[in-house]
Amino acid sequence: MERTLKELKPGEKSTIIKILGDKGAVKRRLMDMGVTRGAEVMVRKVAPLGDPIEVNIRGYELTLRKSEAENIIVA
Amino acid sequence: MSLKFALVGNPNCGKTTLFNEITGSTQYVGNWPGVTIEKREGKARKVQEDIKIIDLPGIYSLSPYSMEEIIARDYIVNEKPDVVINILDATNIERNLYLTTQLLELGVNVVVALNMMDAADAKGDKIDIKILESHLKVPVIPITASKGRGVKELLERALNVAQTAASSGVAPLLNEMHDESIVSSIQEIEKTIIPQLNSKIGKSRWTALKLLEGDERVQETLNVPDTLLREIKLLQDKLEKKSDMDIETIIADSRYQFTTAVTRKAVKKKAQSSHLTISDKIDKVVTNRILAIPLFLAMMFGIFSITFGTIGSFTIDFVDELVNGTIATFLSTWLAGAGAAVWLQDLVSGGLIGGMGSMLVFVPQIMLLFFFLSILEDTGYMARAAFVMDRLLRKLGLSGKSFIPMLIGFGCGVPAIMSTRTLENEKDRRLTIMLIPFMSCGARLPIYALYTAAFFSSNQTMVVFSLYVLGIVVAVLSGFFLKKTILKGEVAPFVMELPPYRIPTLKGLMIHMWDKGKGFIKKAGTIIFSVAVVIWFLQYFNIYFQPVADPGDSMIGALGKAIAPVFAPLGFGDWRSAVALLTGFVAKEAVVSTMGILHGVADATEGSTDLITALQTAFTPLTAYAFMAFTLLYMPCMAAFATIKREMNSWKWTLITVGYSTGVAWLVAFLIFQVGKLMGFS
Repeated sequence: MERTLKELKPGEKSTIIKILGDKGAVKRRLMDMGVTRGAEVMVRKVAPLGDPIEVNIRGYELTLRKSEAENIIVA
Repeated sequence: MSLKFALVGNPNCGKTTLFNEITGSTQYVGNWPGVTIEKREGKARKVQEDIKIIDLPGIYSLSPYSMEEIIARDYIVNEKPDVVINILDATNIERNLYLTTQLLELGVNVVVALNMMDAADAKGDKIDIKILESHLKVPVIPITASKGRGVKELLERALNVAQTAASSGVAPLLNEMHDESIVSSIQEIEKTIIPQLNSKIGKSRWTALKLLEGDERVQETLNVPDTLLREIKLLQDKLEKKSDMDIETIIADSRYQFTTAVTRKAVKKKAQSSHLTISDKIDKVVTNRILAIPLFLAMMFGIFSITFGTIGSFTIDFVDELVNGTIATFLSTWLAGAGAAVWLQDLVSGGLIGGMGSMLVFVPQIMLLFFFLSILEDTGYMARAAFVMDRLLRKLGLSGKSFIPMLIGFGCGVPAIMSTRTLENEKDRRLTIMLIPFMSCGARLPIYALYTAAFFSSNQTMVVFSLYVLGIVVAVLSGFFLKKTILKGEVAPFVMELPPYRIPTLKGLMIHMWDKGKGFIKKAGTIIFSVAVVIWFLQYFNIYFQPVADPGDSMIGALGKAIAPVFAPLGFGDWRSAVALLTGFVAKEAVVSTMGILHGVADATEGSTDLITALQTAFTPLTAYAFMAFTLLYMPCMAAFATIKREMNSWKWTLITVGYSTGVAWLVAFLIFQVGKLMGFS
C-alpha cells in the first residue's frame, strides 16, 4: 500500500519509494538531502502551527512542508 | 610557491570554525562578485608555507542550480585549488558523503576532514577511518575544529597531497561509485560525443557524467549542438526506462547507494533512529506544540530587555558621556584654544560629534544584538524558530527563516538586515530586507513618546501599540504586493536541516559578533560621517554660503520650505516638519532634536514640556498620528541604508527599497489624514 510522506503520523516509520513530479527546485533539494529510494524515514513531529513536519532520515533531522511531503511516495 | 586550499562542506558542518581556526585574524570577508553571498579568504597561520585558504559557501551538492553551488563548483573547476578540503560532520556521515562523491567525481585533490569527532564520540559512534580511506581513496583526518584538535595534522596531510599528487583530471573512483549501467553510459559519451565537441575538455569523464545527468550549465558552456543532445537523450531514456526514475534521480540515487554502503561498513552507530539524543530531548520542549511559541516569545523578550533595558541604557549613557561629554569638551576647548575658525568649531562639535555621536551611542546595543544573534545561530536555535514560525510567514510569501531577522527589526534594523544572510534564496532575502524597515525600530520610540505625550496623553500605550500593528499590517500587505509584482518567483523549497544543538565556543561567538559589528562600523560609519557633515553644512550656511544663526534661513531650511508642499496633503506641510524628517535620515532620533531646535526649544528631548506645547500649536491629533505613521514607514536611517546597500550589493535594489518605503509612508499618511478629515476629525 503506497502512501505519501504527508500521511504518516508522528512515530511512524517507512521507506522512500519515489518523489513525484518533474525536475524542479523542490525535488532536487529533497534528493540532495537524501530523500531517495530505499532511505528509511521516520516522522518525528509536526510543528506547533500544524506545518511543517520534522522527519528523521539517514541519521539526521530534516524539516519540510506538508506541501513538499505530499509529493514523496513511501511504502 | 603559494598554494590555494578550498574549504567545502555542508552547512552546519563546522566549516567556518575550521576556517577561523586556520586563518585567525588574517581573514578577509567580502562578497562574491555580483551576488550577495559572502566570500571569505585568509592565510594559513602557524605554517611555513604560503597557503591561501578560501572558504566556499556551505552546500549540500554541486548541482548547477543555486548561486552557492555554482560559485563553489566554478571556483573548483576554474581556479583549480591545489587541494579541496572537504569537511564532514562525523555525526552525519551518510548525507555528508553525498557532496564528497561529487567532489571525487571531479577528480580534484580531496582531503577529507572528519569534523565534530567529539560529538560523534559522545554519541558512542565508532568510526573506522581506515575503512573510509580505503573506500574513498583519499586521506581522511579526524578533527574537532572547535577545540583545535587535528587541525595541524589536517594541514600537514593537505600540504603533502598538494606537493606530491598531481590531479590527473580522471576520476578513477567513478567506476566504483556508480552502477554499471551508468558507468557504461558515461564511457559511451566519453568515447563518441566528447570528441565531437568543439571545446577542449579538461575533465572528460566528469563532463561526460554531467552531460548524462543533463547538467544545463555544462551544456551551455560547451555549446553542445542539438544532434549530440539527442544522442545523449537516447542514453538517458534507456536508463530511465530501466529504473522508472528520471535521470537526475537515477544519478542521485546511485551516489547515495555508494554513501550508504560506505557508511554501513565504516560506522557503527550506537543509537537507533528512534532513540532520543540530547538534541531531541531539548526539542521536545523547544518545538513542543504548547510550549514552543511562548518559549520563543519569552526568549526574544529577554534579549530585547537586556539590550534595550538596563544594560542597554547603561551603554547608551556611557557612550553618550564619552562622546558628547568628554571628547566633545576636549575637542572644543582644544579648537578654541588653537584659534580655530568659528565654523570649524561648530562643524566639529555640532556636525561631527553631534552626528557621529548620535550613531555611536547605539553601537554597543547593536553589538549586543549581534552577540545574541550569534548565540541563536551557533546553538542551532535559529533553525527551530524557522521551523515553528514557517506557517505564519508563508502568508507573507516568505519562509520561517525570515522570522528572526524581522523580529530583530523591532529592535534595530541594522542587525536585522545583516541576519538575512542566512536566507539562501535571493528573492526571499530581498523581500525580507524590504519589509524589515516596517518593523518599528527602537529609534522611533522617542518620536512616539513625544507626540503621544502631546496629543494622546490618556492612551499613550494604545496609540504606540497601534503604530506597531500598523507597521506589521503594512508589511503583510507589502509582502503580497511585492510577491505579485517585482519579486515574483518560484516558491523556494523549505526543506531544511535541523542541526543538533551545539554549545558554541566563546571564541566562535566573539568572532561572529565582531565580524558583523566590524562590517557595520566600517560601512555605516563612513556613510554616516559623510551625511553628518553634509547635513551640518546645510544647516549652518544659507544659500549664499553665509553662516546663519536661525536654521530656518539655512540651506536645509530652504530645502525644507521647498519640499514642504509635498507633505501638505498629509496634514503637516510646514517647513519645520519637512526639515525634521530630512534630518531623520541621519538617525530617527534626530527628528526630535531637530523639531526642538526649529521650534526654538533649547535642549529638546521627548520629555520636554516646552516642545510639547510648541507641537500642540503646530499639529492636531489627526495630523500628529499621520506624522507618526510617516516616520514609522518612511526611508530607514543612514545606518540601515548603508547596511541595505551592503547586503543587497546593488544600488538599484537599495533605491527601490528606499523609494518603496517612502512611497508607502506618504500614501498611508495621506490616507490617514484625508480619511480622518472625511470622518470628521480635524
